[in-house]
Amino acid sequence: MRRSAHYLQVLLTFARNSLIRDLTFRTNFLLQAFTATSWTLMNIGFYLIIFHHTPSIGPESGWGKYEFFVFLATTWIVNSLLQTFFMPNAHEFSELIRTGNLDFALLKPIDTQFLVSFQRMEWSSLSNVVTGLILLVVGLWHLTTQPDNPLVLTVGVFLLYTFYLLCGVTILYSLMISLAATSIWLGRNQTLYDFWFYITNFSRYPMEIYQRGWGRPLWGFFTFVVPVLLVINVPARILAQPLRPGSSVSLALALFTLVAAVCSLLVSRFVFVKALASYRSASS
Amino acid sequence: MYETARCWWTILRIGLEERLVYRGDFALGTLMRFLPIVTQVFLWWAIFDTIQQVPGARSVSGGGGGGGAGGAGGATIAGYTLSNMIAYYLLSMVSRAFSSMPGLASGGALQIRNGEIKKFLVQPVDLMSFMLANRVAHKLAYYSVAILPFALVFFFCRGYFVDGWPAPSVLAAYAASLLMGFLLGFFLELSIGLIGFWFLEVSSLLFLYMLLTFFLSGHMFPLDMLPQPWRYLVDLLPLKYLAYFPAAVFLEKVTGPDLVRGLWIEAAWIAFFVVFARIMYDRGVRRYSGFGG
Repeated sequence: MRRSAHYLQVLLTFARNSLIRDLTFRTNFLLQAFTATSWTLMNIGFYLIIFHHTPSIGPESGWGKYEFFVFLATTWIVNSLLQTFFMPNAHEFSELIRTGNLDFALLKPIDTQFLVSFQRMEWSSLSNVVTGLILLVVGLWHLTTQPDNPLVLTVGVFLLYTFYLLCGVTILYSLMISLAATSIWLGRNQTLYDFWFYITNFSRYPMEIYQRGWGRPLWGFFTFVVPVLLVINVPARILAQPLRPGSSVSLALALFTLVAAVCSLLVSRFVFVKALASYRSASS
Repeated sequence: MYETARCWWTILRIGLEERLVYRGDFALGTLMRFLPIVTQVFLWWAIFDTIQQVPGARSVSGGGGGGGAGGAGGATIAGYTLSNMIAYYLLSMVSRAFSSMPGLASGGALQIRNGEIKKFLVQPVDLMSFMLANRVAHKLAYYSVAILPFALVFFFCRGYFVDGWPAPSVLAAYAASLLMGFLLGFFLELSIGLIGFWFLEVSSLLFLYMLLTFFLSGHMFPLDMLPQPWRYLVDLLPLKYLAYFPAAVFLEKVTGPDLVRGLWIEAAWIAFFVVFARIMYDRGVRRYSGFGG
């Protein structure tokens, strides 16, 4: 018990330090928040144009304009949580390996994965959580007040949504830390970042669009092997329920997501420990 | 004259050698850059299926034209069939291969900030000519490696080019629009870099430019999809020549007098930015003060 309290204390200290550091350069902080938000707004513009031409994404998929707003909002919330808490750390981690400064992290009396995963937080990236929440409210407002077949929301649905959102973050965190850990073997990982971007790109769309033709192997791979398709799809589906009446997330999919989150975390831990065992310091 | 040519040749050769050091990484990176197109294919496939099957959807219009991806054969969005749409995305990658200038503006601003620009003031080499020659070399090196992944992807996706190769005259116009896209991209981005004479840090400005370019050049979607007041406004900007225009020329979405006029307007924009960059450079150099060694 004391041990977990100790970890929580360290985590809060990391959060405080990062916030102080971010707020030291206030203009830069605001500018970063502004650019992140404008990028999001532009993406919303793109989908508004798409929905100007089509009533939904995929015939009878249930992803109409406002259902898809919920989907998009989920994407932004998950991504900005990752960018706030893990992205700067994964970047820092590969730098630590390259420069040999990982030695100092290894010497500290705390779990190394915990230390390299949480040390630095980029608070300005949270601005997209706000944009995501606004979009979420707009989408849900329209869905719950539409005249035919309005969406009914309960507290339970919101709790499930939050829970599966966190499962999604866990899956992506595991993928990110595993990719970052491979830089112990590879030396540098610039291409890995592109790789990360291209893989997560698949998770940004409803999974039904891949379930056809030569998309099926892709769908299978990104659902069962590298489960990034579950990250946004499952929580967004729980909340927006695109195929009402009756929930569109089957129990099997929900349970599988849970298993996938736990397995991803275990695999990432395994990769991390394996990679650390091969670490040779770079300093003299 | 001979001296100038030799100087250019040297700059070109150095640039080429510099770029061809990491060939393998480079070719792999280029191939990976096509991956987002895979998701675009499925996204548009689903969208075209929807407007095909939902009667009364806004953009459905009759007409033939087979879809390379099967399924949504006849449906069109803003005059694009599904095959056209995928072909458009592939072609916009080619346009951007010509018009994007990674590191040009930021590099230029950095040279101003750290004083490296001094060497151009004391040596008999013109900064703008040097940068242009250097960029031509970078692009040549890029094409010599990138042509393989590009050819591979286009070969696999040849089914989306339902109308086959366009007529030679269209191809000539396409080549012209690509070359002019390179020049426009160069002088446009150089102008932004030269703002560094006035503001030392241009990275936020650059980000804004990148954002606008991505959206308004037609890199994200064909500009024909924009609803009316926006479409008109985008037509007034030079950004559409960086991605949309060459692709639209190849797909014969812009033909006849419109094509000729488009090429002339593009040339006029290039002339404008050449003069603009030159004036900015001259004024900037007058403002500039360098100290120390």
